[in-house]
Amino acid sequence: MMAGSEDIVRFDNVGLRYGIGGEVLSDLTFTLHAGRFYFLTGASGAGKTSLLKLLYLAQRPSRGAIRMFGGDVITLPRARLPALRRRLGVVFQDFRLVRHLSAFDNVALPLRLSGVREDELRQPVADMLDWVGLGARSDARPATLSGGEQQRVAIARAVIARPELLVADEPTGNVDPEMAVKLLRLFEALNRLGTTVVVATHDVHLLRQVPDSLIMRLDNGRMSDPTGALRYPPRREPAPARA
Amino acid sequence: MRAPSVFARAIGRGQAGLAGARAARVLPATRLGGPMPWVIAIMAALTVLAAGGALALANFAERTRAGLEGGLTVQIVEADPAARDGQAARAAQALARQPGVASVRPVPRDELARLVEPWLGEAAQSDAVALPALIDVALAGPADEARLSRLRSELARVAPAARLDPQADWLGPVFETIRALRWLALTLIAMLTAASAAAVWLAARNAFDANRETIEIVHHLGGNDTQIAGIFQRSVLIDSALGAVLGAVLGAAVLVLLGERFGALQSGVVESGSLSTLDWLGVALVPVVMVGVALLTARRTVMVRLGRML
Ligand SMILES: Nc1ncnc2c1ncn2[C@@H]1O[C@H](COP(=O)(O)OP(=O)(O)OP(=O)(O)O)[C@@H](O)[C@H]1O
Ligand SMILES: [Mg+2]
Repeated sequence: MMAGSEDIVRFDNVGLRYGIGGEVLSDLTFTLHAGRFYFLTGASGAGKTSLLKLLYLAQRPSRGAIRMFGGDVITLPRARLPALRRRLGVVFQDFRLVRHLSAFDNVALPLRLSGVREDELRQPVADMLDWVGLGARSDARPATLSGGEQQRVAIARAVIARPELLVADEPTGNVDPEMAVKLLRLFEALNRLGTTVVVATHDVHLLRQVPDSLIMRLDNGRMSDPTGALRYPPRREPAPARA
Repeated sequence: MRAPSVFARAIGRGQAGLAGARAARVLPATRLGGPMPWVIAIMAALTVLAAGGALALANFAERTRAGLEGGLTVQIVEADPAARDGQAARAAQALARQPGVASVRPVPRDELARLVEPWLGEAAQSDAVALPALIDVALAGPADEARLSRLRSELARVAPAARLDPQADWLGPVFETIRALRWLALTLIAMLTAASAAAVWLAARNAFDANRETIEIVHHLGGNDTQIAGIFQRSVLIDSALGAVLGAVLGAAVLVLLGERFGALQSGVVESGSLSTLDWLGVALVPVVMVGVALLTARRTVMVRLGRML
């Protein structure tokens, strides 16, 4: 699973339309390789969130085929989807924190849903909140947190269970550049543990922060491959020492 | 970079049931609350009353029928007192000689007069009103047609003015009514159960919609339908159990009070209509069944709505 060349996601001629409107995603054919770090860029309205929704199983495509973790997710019976979702970590563009739960309980939620014992989850959750700089706010309800703080809770919740695939939609949209870089380091650390990461962003400065990341670009719902990385992923070198 | 230490140990991605406190943490404010416990309480009280009433009626009918089986009444309708009494005496003698007759009791005149006094007043005491002579006859077995016709032909010989009727016949319409009442009670119980289920359905639907956002989040984080339904079942269990027990206790208290009231009448009807231990167990089943119906309804409601999510 950790081998860099294995496919974790494969899209084949995928199209998506909402209701009776035109297609917001068209002819998407690409492969995500296990253990790599992807950025998804594109103008506002290009379809980034729509593509991520397909990835985190919130939407079925109108046409085409999607395989994830080696299985066809379109024909997968509904009852099998929760098990699949547990292998994902998602940072929603609108955070989606549970309103009446504290920051701590929001971050603990994926672990609780997976049956981790209380005494086993307390420390990791506290550590994670410390790491995103919210150790002191672990009892706070989302409504009392700033936008950036909510975003950090959402990120902590997405990564806490060490998912196999992390999908993050504008995860640094509401934080200052310094925190943005710090959060990116979190994703990188997770990536190094074997998680495949997909980060949607239109912040081009971010792209430069992760040297061996691959870039996907959406233009009006169509994928372009500016670096050719999707078709010909470069061999992954050992992480270079950072200056 | 010290980041790796902050991730939880790679976890077995099982699916734990979200029971107890854990479920409360996920959706703490999901007490269906509002009127539901009260609606269930009222339904449970009414159901207990209907069930208790139906059982009491059944007991009454059953014991009365058993008491009357083999009971016969002979009337001698004859205006002339002398002829009447003569025929009555001969009829009583003839009946006593018949095989299968357990007892023969001519009803004394003054007892008869007392029986009809409420309707006829003082006149009952005089001979101005020609009361028939009555003889109570008890057969050893049930009064079937063959025996009746044998007794009738025997009577016709010695007392032409005699009329013989099985006592069960008089009460035929009463039994009919009791049967109808029992059907009514069963229908009532069915309707009350349906109404409770409808109340739970509405409450579960509202609670689901009020918590839709949270449910969607839990759903997207990999919570399965059983876990989410479990959260609702927990609140339904608490709410409906509270209501059902309260209602059932109230209903049972009313049953006991009614029983004592009837007991004060000393009419014998009550004795035969009182509830046995087994009957009370049946009545105690009412709140249990109600909670069960509530749980099933809530689960079904939530599952159907979850089924509409991808
Ligand atoms: N639920 C929906 N129903 C109908 N149309 C939608 C829906 N969601 C998105 N769209 C449309 O699909 C297109 C792509 O939207 P999407 O949210 O995927 O863009 P995006 O690249 O994420 O934009 P942004 O950078 O602003 O987040 C837009 O034209 C949008 O109006
Ligand atoms: Mg978007």
